[in-house]
Amino acid sequence: MAGAYYEKIARINLTTGEIKIEKLDLDLAHKFIGGRGLGTKILYDEGVATVDPLSPENKLVYITGPMTGAAAPSTGRYMVVTKSPLTGMIASSNSGGIWGQKLKYAGWDALIVEGEAPEWCYLNIVDDKIELLDAREYVGVKSEEIDEKLKEKHGADASVLNIGPAGEKKVLLAAIMNDKDRAAGRSGVGAVMGSKKLKAIVVKTSRTKLDNIADIDALKAATKRSMDLIKANGVTGSGLRALGTAVLVNIINNVGSLPTRNWQESYYDQAEDISGEALAEKYLVRPSACARCPIACGRVVNINGKVAGGPEYEPLWAYGANCGNNDLNVIDECNMLCNEYGLDAIGTPCTIAAAMELYQRGAIKEEECAGVPLEWGSTKALIEWTKRMGDPETELDWLMSSGSARLCEHYGMPEISMSVKKQEMPAYDARGIQGIGITYATSNRGGCHVRGYMISPEVLGLPQQLDRTVIDEKAAWAKTFQDLTAVIDSMGHCLFTSFAMGAPEYTDLLNAATGTNWTVEQVLEIGDRIYNIERMFNKAAGMKPEDDRLPKRLLQEPIVNGPSKGMVSQLPLTLPQYYEARGWVNAFPTDETLKKLGLDECIGK
Amino acid sequence: MIEVRLFATLREGRGKIQMLNASEFACAGDIIRHLDIPTEEVAILLINGFHQKPETPVKDGDIVALFPPVGGG
Ligand code: SF4
Repeated sequence: MAGAYYEKIARINLTTGEIKIEKLDLDLAHKFIGGRGLGTKILYDEGVATVDPLSPENKLVYITGPMTGAAAPSTGRYMVVTKSPLTGMIASSNSGGIWGQKLKYAGWDALIVEGEAPEWCYLNIVDDKIELLDAREYVGVKSEEIDEKLKEKHGADASVLNIGPAGEKKVLLAAIMNDKDRAAGRSGVGAVMGSKKLKAIVVKTSRTKLDNIADIDALKAATKRSMDLIKANGVTGSGLRALGTAVLVNIINNVGSLPTRNWQESYYDQAEDISGEALAEKYLVRPSACARCPIACGRVVNINGKVAGGPEYEPLWAYGANCGNNDLNVIDECNMLCNEYGLDAIGTPCTIAAAMELYQRGAIKEEECAGVPLEWGSTKALIEWTKRMGDPETELDWLMSSGSARLCEHYGMPEISMSVKKQEMPAYDARGIQGIGITYATSNRGGCHVRGYMISPEVLGLPQQLDRTVIDEKAAWAKTFQDLTAVIDSMGHCLFTSFAMGAPEYTDLLNAATGTNWTVEQVLEIGDRIYNIERMFNKAAGMKPEDDRLPKRLLQEPIVNGPSKGMVSQLPLTLPQYYEARGWVNAFPTDETLKKLGLDECIGK
Repeated sequence: MIEVRLFATLREGRGKIQMLNASEFACAGDIIRHLDIPTEEVAILLINGFHQKPETPVKDGDIVALFPPVGGG
């Protein structure tokens, strides 16, 4: 058996009900690692870039990495890769919990789901057995409840991945949930699952560890080195466990880059009320962790007597400052609603924020709001509109559930949508932090921070402090971060390990587990290759150079308040530098770049 | 006066905000010492929203924000 891969992929055709077992192409796996990289390569080769994302021709790849489930730090991760109905481009949404590890232990590197089932169904996987079962009785059941029901039926040791009502209705902001409160949240992957009438995937396995590591001693040694770094690092060793990602609310606000009221302002004077410190003081029950994670950034909170998964930084900001709301209890509640309906907890509140600005400007009229006006800070609006977006009925429900880009376009104000490639940007103002704007503009999956987390050097000082206000060297940094992230996502580690670990550590772990002999440079080149195959997928899907952009507000409207007052994004200067660093012309790789990266199959495409 | 904002674990025993007399401090490091915070516990030091070093001078009206090592995404 090949180190850390089980060399087995299940191809499930929901139209015919046929389940085929295919052998993993090991050379291809080594060339693209697994997870995000291999998933994209499979879809590119199978011509998925040109299909309608919600048609039976689209495919959903649930894919682990070679490290998923390995005895190494934070390896409980898997990826959902598909063509996004939100962006029309590549989607690869990452999630933790334990589902991915179980899928791997059951002996599967990936599941490829294609077609469309005649009736609602779910997959039941027990080690090497996969069966398709009737899910009609579960239609309309919310995520948490179906998790419990399927565990009752298949055993408490089962792990459940599912879509809620939002995914069933093909809502473009629908997430795929697993283990109750973990989400492959972004780019509307839940809608693709809904379009196939696949409600859930249950996995059980008798395997308790990854038993095919190429060099166990080398992995032990590499893991020890990585664990020492994680423990010694203030962020991964204790900071994230103590306060979770929520601690960022106060930091980002204090550098004047916390987008407020749909990015009309960048400093929120009530940030303290929605901060990680406030969350810890008022609602925290305990920290929680995904499988095999020593960092434990997750939150378990008590919301009105119910103990459940708590909000991360992004929903705290998006339902908080970005909607002008300082009621932490309501943020907790809305975050829980996102989990129950199966909604993206970034895209959903950001679309509500855009709707609130449309309402402020008189574009959305009170009579359209069915009794719940979209006023800034209205807690009733946040709760009610989240529910409506999760299970839409009226025209405005449907428009809002399709994301801010389509919503604002409909009202003739496309620039109110704070999105890139139709996906909402996250919680860092790219006017106050120059490098993150490059990440947003060039991310292959649209507005996103975790495809090259420039906040780490520009604000947190990791691995070194860069001046957030200048553009020098930012393009090269962004490229390196993007490439390393592609590697981490493809291996199956959590990205948060990279606060403490660097490319040498990942290289050692990968070599030990898979039996490869890559150098650090070669591993980063794989990351570069993955970034480029994603870009070529997007090109085939119809992406245009002008899609690498930021909303006008960030380029032309200087920040109006707080410490970063007066700043705008310098993207017009950094974007050409970035393309040069990548070997791209007009947003796409040159033939020379493709050749250098071993992507000959993409040349001339 | 100088407004010193403390965050995360640095609040323990020190509160959220301290108002200090500017004339008693030459630089941010003096404030950190005055608050009895071990230097290595301060991972992020902001003066008026911009990253600075402990030796950066402080003056009346400044806002100094201190954070321990923290991260997220
Ligand atoms: S750091 Fe947080 S998100 Fe990452 S694996 Fe650990 S608990 Fe999960």
